[in-house]
Amino acid sequence: MTKATTPVLELKSVSRLFEGIHAVDNVSLKLYAGEIVGLIGPNGAGKTTLVNLISGFLSVSSGDVIFDGESITRKKPHVIAQNGIARTFQIVQPFARMTVLENVMAGAIYAGHRGMVQARDKAIECLEFTKLAHLKDMPASELALANRKRLELAKSLAMNPRLLMLDEVNAGLNSSEIDEAIQMIRSIAATGITIVVIEHLMRVVTALAERTVVLHHGAVASEGPTEEVMRDPKVIEAYLGNKFAQRFAETSGVPVARPA
Amino acid sequence: MIIDRAFALKIAFGVLLFACGAMLSAVLDNYYLQVGTTLAMLCSLCWAWNIVGGYMGYPALCMISFFGIGAYAGGIAQAAGVPETLAWFVAAGVGLLFALLLGVPLLRLKGHYFAVGTIASVEVLREVANNWDQLTGGAIGLNLPIHAGSPDEVGRYFYLAMLGLAFIAFLVTAIVDRTQFGFGLRCIRQNEQAASMVGINVFKYKVGAFVLTGVLGAATGAIYASMVAFIEPKDAFNIIMTIEIPVMVMLGGMGTIFGPLIGGVSYVILKEFVWAYFINWHSGLLGLIVVTVIYFLPVGVLGLTWRDIFRKFGASKSTRPVTSDIARSAS
Ligand SMILES: Nc1ncnc2c1ncn2[C@@H]1O[C@H](COP(=O)(O)OP(=O)(O)OP(=O)(O)O)[C@@H](O)[C@H]1O
Ligand SMILES: [Mg+2]
Repeated sequence: MTKATTPVLELKSVSRLFEGIHAVDNVSLKLYAGEIVGLIGPNGAGKTTLVNLISGFLSVSSGDVIFDGESITRKKPHVIAQNGIARTFQIVQPFARMTVLENVMAGAIYAGHRGMVQARDKAIECLEFTKLAHLKDMPASELALANRKRLELAKSLAMNPRLLMLDEVNAGLNSSEIDEAIQMIRSIAATGITIVVIEHLMRVVTALAERTVVLHHGAVASEGPTEEVMRDPKVIEAYLGNKFAQRFAETSGVPVARPA
Repeated sequence: MIIDRAFALKIAFGVLLFACGAMLSAVLDNYYLQVGTTLAMLCSLCWAWNIVGGYMGYPALCMISFFGIGAYAGGIAQAAGVPETLAWFVAAGVGLLFALLLGVPLLRLKGHYFAVGTIASVEVLREVANNWDQLTGGAIGLNLPIHAGSPDEVGRYFYLAMLGLAFIAFLVTAIVDRTQFGFGLRCIRQNEQAASMVGINVFKYKVGAFVLTGVLGAATGAIYASMVAFIEPKDAFNIIMTIEIPVMVMLGGMGTIFGPLIGGVSYVILKEFVWAYFINWHSGLLGLIVVTVIYFLPVGVLGLTWRDIFRKFGASKSTRPVTSDIARSAS
């Protein structure tokens, strides 16, 4: 993996307070072009909040967010989206009364900077890629959950992003669908898009991410090559919990070091 | 802009309808010209409201604020010696500024708060018109220069003027329906957060829609003022009308090109029927119509399918997802 010298996204001591509680606490990170980075941590660790801060849905309490060498800390969400940052919502947010195709077109028109006709072509392309093309005329509200998650992905892809943040986009998929999704995400990254994968399914993280960041109580608890982070006993015990560690050991096949 | 056959047919149908309307002016007598003028006026207001209320889904109850502002702006301009047609453009300009002034604070509100804020604007404006005697003539009203000509000629002139404005409102709606502006409004109607996530400048779009509605509403008011040559606060800022316009659009179908027309026409017919046969009961019956429309036809006549109508008699709670022509034509 060749890393460009300048990061695509850089977080400088980013914090966010909710009524005195640090939901995100002094996080500094660098993301490089084309890499897939895992972002893990227990429930309430601040993963979604971090995505909300980067995409402008929440304002930072302190710190700086730099995208492409330019500060986007105080920019509005639609400007950030047009600049090339796309995210999926953990709690899916489709345009329920529009068709699947129209949902994806929305991404292609505004952030993708396309006219209506070209947007439709781009949307169909993205739907084929995410294997939703056969459902394109269905109202988004009638999709099953797994397909709604894919719709979020298709919509974000249509935006032509340079950075894509996937907030538990694979939750609710069955095993073979997950394999498919992993392939999909890999081929997205191969086009040079930087991807942040937030997942509770360790299998997905280990399969995709070269590098993983662990959040706990809003702060970075560990960061490094995924294999190393996963083996870090401190991470497993303290940050993922005992049960989680066991399940991970059973399903991932990665040897887990047991703390003494 | 996506133009498919269904859309082209709709536009052709609309143009034909307006052409027929214009030709009818040659044969209609004064009474029918007046009915036609009222209808054209209501349809203009419905088309105008449909942009904010239908496409964008904001419960704006200030249609009559725009109408009244336009009536007074045009009226005051004309009373000061501005030629009639120019006064209409002045009124449209004032409508634009007023929509900005009202929209920028109000469009930060949502749902009930927005509805209450907009309806309050009607009350405030009526009080201003009542009390600002030097400018508006106060409660006594404002006289405008009377349009010269025989009653028939004048009737025909204002019928055509109103019809022309309704045609403009129709065309504006058709363009909104098919461009990324209208598409964005439909996204905003469903989920503002998701709309900003895909890169829509939500606030700018909302203000833009509000301004379009305001300009068309004010122009309608100005033509009305010139026609009746006399305006007073309770007429220009009529609180019943500010409710009736949304009901008409709901009746016809919100966020559709022809919904405002169908709603306007059927509401006028219903109302005339109620007036004629149930003189003592009319306000009660009108209330009943309003409730029926809101309860049974949340998607409007144009949003209904035959399946929905049959289902309605079984169980009453179905809001069919609106699937648009854009998607259908892509297959
Ligand atoms: N809008 C908000 N107001 C107040 N507190 C919030 C808000 N959003 C998040 N929090 C709090 O911030 C903390 C981090 O939440 P966040 O949703 O970012 O966690 P997460 O890592 O995404 O968890 P999960 O794995 O469950 O999705 C939690 O304690 C949460 O209760
Ligand atoms: Mg989360």
